[in-house]
Amino acid sequence: MTEYAEKNCAITGIGLSNVSRQATRSALQLTIDAAMEAIKDAGLRREDIDGIASWPGSDENETGFSPVGTPQLQDALRLKVNWYGAGREAPGQYGAVFNAIGAIAAGLCRNVLIFRTMYEGTARKKFFANSLMKGNRQAGTYLWYAPYHLYSISLQQSLMFNKYVHKSGIKPEQIGQIAVNQRRNASLNPAAIYRTPITIDDYMNSQIITTPLRIYDCDVPIDGSTAIIVSRMDVARDLPNPPVKIEAIGSCMKYRNSWHQLDCLDTQAQPKVAEMMWGRTDLTVDDVDMAQLYDGFSFHTINWLENFGFCEKYGAKDFIENGTRIALEGELPVNTGGGALSAGRLHAFGALHETCTQLWGRGGERQVKGDPKVVATSTAGGPLAGAMLLVKD
Amino acid sequence: MAQPADSDQIPEPKRTLPVIDKDIEAYWTGGKNGELLIYRCQDCQYYVHPPVGFCPKCESGDVIPEAVSGHGHVRSFAINYKKWVPGLPDKYVMALVVIDEQDDVQLPCNIINCDPESVTMDMRVQVLFEQHEDLWIPLFEPETGQ
Repeated sequence: MTEYAEKNCAITGIGLSNVSRQATRSALQLTIDAAMEAIKDAGLRREDIDGIASWPGSDENETGFSPVGTPQLQDALRLKVNWYGAGREAPGQYGAVFNAIGAIAAGLCRNVLIFRTMYEGTARKKFFANSLMKGNRQAGTYLWYAPYHLYSISLQQSLMFNKYVHKSGIKPEQIGQIAVNQRRNASLNPAAIYRTPITIDDYMNSQIITTPLRIYDCDVPIDGSTAIIVSRMDVARDLPNPPVKIEAIGSCMKYRNSWHQLDCLDTQAQPKVAEMMWGRTDLTVDDVDMAQLYDGFSFHTINWLENFGFCEKYGAKDFIENGTRIALEGELPVNTGGGALSAGRLHAFGALHETCTQLWGRGGERQVKGDPKVVATSTAGGPLAGAMLLVKD
Repeated sequence: MAQPADSDQIPEPKRTLPVIDKDIEAYWTGGKNGELLIYRCQDCQYYVHPPVGFCPKCESGDVIPEAVSGHGHVRSFAINYKKWVPGLPDKYVMALVVIDEQDDVQLPCNIINCDPESVTMDMRVQVLFEQHEDLWIPLFEPETGQ
């Protein structure tokens, strides 16, 4: 299977800015902090970076969803690159990584700096997180929802989650295991936003936002930036960190790419993406040591557990029962740093940072035992989905 | 909306209206004549939604708006409890309604004229319209006796 280009790429360095509910530094400054940390972590210098990728690129507005794009970072660091790019229309946030793989395969780059910056902690004073309505009349993706009092993606996504609840029979005290587990992991992560453990009773007593979402099912808007370096494998092998090889990716779109016409509401667009990823590797779910799954809402994580095949369809309620299987000591530790629910909405790039943190043995109190080597990770919801299998070389 | 706003007398927030183009104008204005207009292929009878003059089944360009029955069922729904903006009701329903004529036409909407907590999956519903400026917004309510 050596013809797949991702297998010739590896993550070689990671960086994370200070993450907070309201930063004292600008979004660009946070981005520089993360980028420089990643470059140094990879054992590289600025002049070694020959590509830049991000998702979705600068929004050029005040919502904080994506305040920094590749032009600002390129100029601030005075990088000289052979290729750069960012675009929203991709398989979720990991689209930036998939584009970098293409650039490396095309012979354009050896070391690509990939980043994602959020400033929604500050912006939430003026806008809802993931604010959808941006003018007198709405165009674009959410036009068909605009007249129906859709102020946050949580209500739209709840159309999918409520269908899943209806079909699967999952109970709130089972759903809550995701939030409880991740808060426990966050309590062991000094960089996490919320570190006080919660119980199922706390979860059950928490505010319902939109059925079936409670406040603890929703990720936490933050100010912060994550950066990773993806290098060509021969370059990676000469760098200090053990390369985290991109063993396989899932990037396809085999559904109607529409937030209102997607018909597989109970799975979202994940099954075909997972199927593609498993089709590009000899490894199987049995080889996976831990999972870093998208958790914009806890239901995304529940969906990915099933759609990756860690349990059967509608079987997540039993898989996560009591939280033992998905705990740090369990058979499949999930979102070991606390995820977006508790560590902050770094928007899937937090999952990549945590993957390498664990594979490089830097997890401190939350380090998964037994020298983990294989991680399944995923991103996005609704019609969007992206997946990667990452393996320590 | 299903229920009046709280006693605080803050007016209900205005509905955000869509930007209209040539393709979608019929959908958002058909209510003027009491009609829910969905594009339909005149060669193979497939309903094309969101509306555009190309049939993805048979590649015909002869696709035009036609009135449908306005009846359908709830494929999924969610009840909103969060006060995103002042004046919102304590709870309201967002839904995806499937039209009776074709299973892959899903219409985002509010379900009104009922207790939000009485809405169920697969519930039968019928269209009604609410005028805002130059548009007629399709909404759905529980189906009444035929």
